[in-house]
Amino acid sequence: MAPTGPGRDVAIVAFAQSDHRRRTDELSEVELLMPVLHQVLDATGLKTSDIGFTCSGSSDYLAGRAFSFTMALDGVGAWPPISESHVEMDGAWALYEAWVKILTGEADTALVYGYGKSSPGEVRDVLTRQLDPYYVAPLWPDSVSLAALQAQALIDAGDTDETALASIAGRSRAAATANSHAQVRGSRAQGEYVVRPLRTGDCPPIGDGAAAVILAAGDRARDLCARPAWIRGMDHRIEAHSLGVRDLTDSPSTRLAAERAGFFERPVDTAELHAPFTSQEVVLRKALRLGEDVSVNPSGGALAANPVMAAGLLRLGEAAARIHRGDSDRALAHATSGPCLQQNLVAVLEGES
Amino acid sequence: MSKEPVAVVGVGQTKHVAARHDVSIAGLVREAAQRALEDAELTWADIDAVVIGKAPDFFEGVMMPELYLADALGAVGKPMLRVHTAGSVGGSTALVASNLVAARVHRTVLTLAFEKQSESNAMWGLSLPVPFTQPLLAGAGGFFAPHVRAYMRRTGAPDTVGSLVAYKDRRNALKNPYAHLHEHDITLEKVQASPMLWDPIRYSETCPSSDGACAMVLTDRAGAARSPRPAAWVHGGAMRSEPTLFAGKDFVSPQAGKDCAADVYRQAGIADPRREIDAVEMYVPFSWYEPMWLENLGFAAEGEGWKLTEAGVTELDGDLPVNPSGGVLSTNPIGASGMIRFAEAALQVRGLAGEHQVAGARKALGHAYGGGSQFFAMWLVGAEPPAR
Repeated sequence: MAPTGPGRDVAIVAFAQSDHRRRTDELSEVELLMPVLHQVLDATGLKTSDIGFTCSGSSDYLAGRAFSFTMALDGVGAWPPISESHVEMDGAWALYEAWVKILTGEADTALVYGYGKSSPGEVRDVLTRQLDPYYVAPLWPDSVSLAALQAQALIDAGDTDETALASIAGRSRAAATANSHAQVRGSRAQGEYVVRPLRTGDCPPIGDGAAAVILAAGDRARDLCARPAWIRGMDHRIEAHSLGVRDLTDSPSTRLAAERAGFFERPVDTAELHAPFTSQEVVLRKALRLGEDVSVNPSGGALAANPVMAAGLLRLGEAAARIHRGDSDRALAHATSGPCLQQNLVAVLEGES
Repeated sequence: MSKEPVAVVGVGQTKHVAARHDVSIAGLVREAAQRALEDAELTWADIDAVVIGKAPDFFEGVMMPELYLADALGAVGKPMLRVHTAGSVGGSTALVASNLVAARVHRTVLTLAFEKQSESNAMWGLSLPVPFTQPLLAGAGGFFAPHVRAYMRRTGAPDTVGSLVAYKDRRNALKNPYAHLHEHDITLEKVQASPMLWDPIRYSETCPSSDGACAMVLTDRAGAARSPRPAAWVHGGAMRSEPTLFAGKDFVSPQAGKDCAADVYRQAGIADPRREIDAVEMYVPFSWYEPMWLENLGFAAEGEGWKLTEAGVTELDGDLPVNPSGGVLSTNPIGASGMIRFAEAALQVRGLAGEHQVAGARKALGHAYGGGSQFFAMWLVGAEPPAR
């Protein structure tokens, strides 16, 4: 049972992201991240030493070495020493850890960042290392193939078809024309099958990128941002790992996280969904009972830019930025992790009218 | 705003060994988790969330293993968070779990850290070449040995101090059934005669490579009231980080370690750690780090830490026992080592440490560090609930 719940208002007050690109051979992870950190700090006027807690999300497997996050920390400039932590997960979960830290009252502000460079390796191969190491990973089933299994299950269940998937791809990339950071923008052919039934257009671009946000509590948030994006609720849930024991056409973990985050209490106008594959948007829309009146992924979503380990944090940042701009009053932000939407995080953000 | 007091009501460990060929990674973690639940007399259904930590994924070759371990840890349908802060991770993981309870986001949280070093090779995992970046100098020993030298030069400590620490910790380990190394024939002479690996660090002054896991059940005031056995209460907890390499970094006594300890003492209302703390579980992977951390943590003035060790103050029957469990020098499943420190500190104040119990321990410090002495995590636990 959940206890009485958090007793403190926390908001996203600033968001910055890199331009997401297919390759950034000329940049180290630190160099990729540094401008984003500076931007997000500049937006609030805060310095590293003003921040109460810092938390990041990244993956050693993308960097190809252990302790890769230590170099990124050097970029933050952790001197004098800072209160800091790291999750080996998408930056969205780093934001969750920072949110909890602020709820304890031990910090009033937090810097959160996530980053990933997929270009040095083959991200489809790299992600196979997430699978059961004894029985599944040795077979190297790649992330697109697993997503294709999910897509086919949806088609077989009558939940979608290839034409509907193509329209999701088209809508997302058209929306991304307004997003100067996106990697893939504007109309694009659905292309050949990558793994049937998924075509090129149904799959996310592979790219490098970083994102950062600043959180603040109560009046501190009002001081730092004209229209803070208040986190009204946030929760995340995980499902079984083995694909054979869950219904790939549904996402009960998303639904439960949304319920715990208070999403179903009132309608939202915006939803930023972390759905790297068109078919996964179908699953999430069903789990969240999202209607056509909700603007889904106005940023273009993960189909327009999918820097692994930052793409979830981007959803939170993009949703918050819409509230900051006054384009949204109540938004849902979602992040996912693992094969076929295994783990899901939902946050509900609101602006004060 | 007031935080919810956090209590440790369950602790579980595996018997740490060089290689657990009989279990998978999932089997290993479940064993520790099951024991923590048994200690708390709770079931999987009583757990609201799971927070898991381990050192680099390269050590076992599994990327983001929390995904694969969701079933083994009863996390399906629950929140599961994965922390990775280098060698301090076991401590950081416990603190993240503790914050979930303190913030009243969840009531009862299972936290666990593990390493199954036999599945791979940690030395290799730490030595992957990176262009234009200084390599980690062939494993951790090569990185830390020069800093030990600097400590000796700075303080004038005699070169016998390191072996005293190793001899003490290995003897303490004989009283801990979960410790990896049980060297029944250990003598000070044997430690001193062991081969020199990274001068001044000898073979017997280094930690082993272990397979193992450690778990704790953390809960709120109401959960503690239902606990069948005494609880350990969290009086303070903090993390601090500083950059790896920069001009002015003090590798002998990093500022981040000092700041972290000071924050924990402030939260816990500790004015004189040397007198007010009854037992310390300190992250000592190489013997010389005991005197070094005694100074860094404020138990001794600068340059004086080795004198406490030499005088026997840190022995199990001394007046500030350090690593009654045998410490990292006797057991080192890297990702779990920090949590073992935190859990052993909790066992001490619960009075449940068995043969290595420090008589009358009421307040104990758990300490972890990682990276190039740049990440620190600590907590102070007490037998009584915090006053504030």
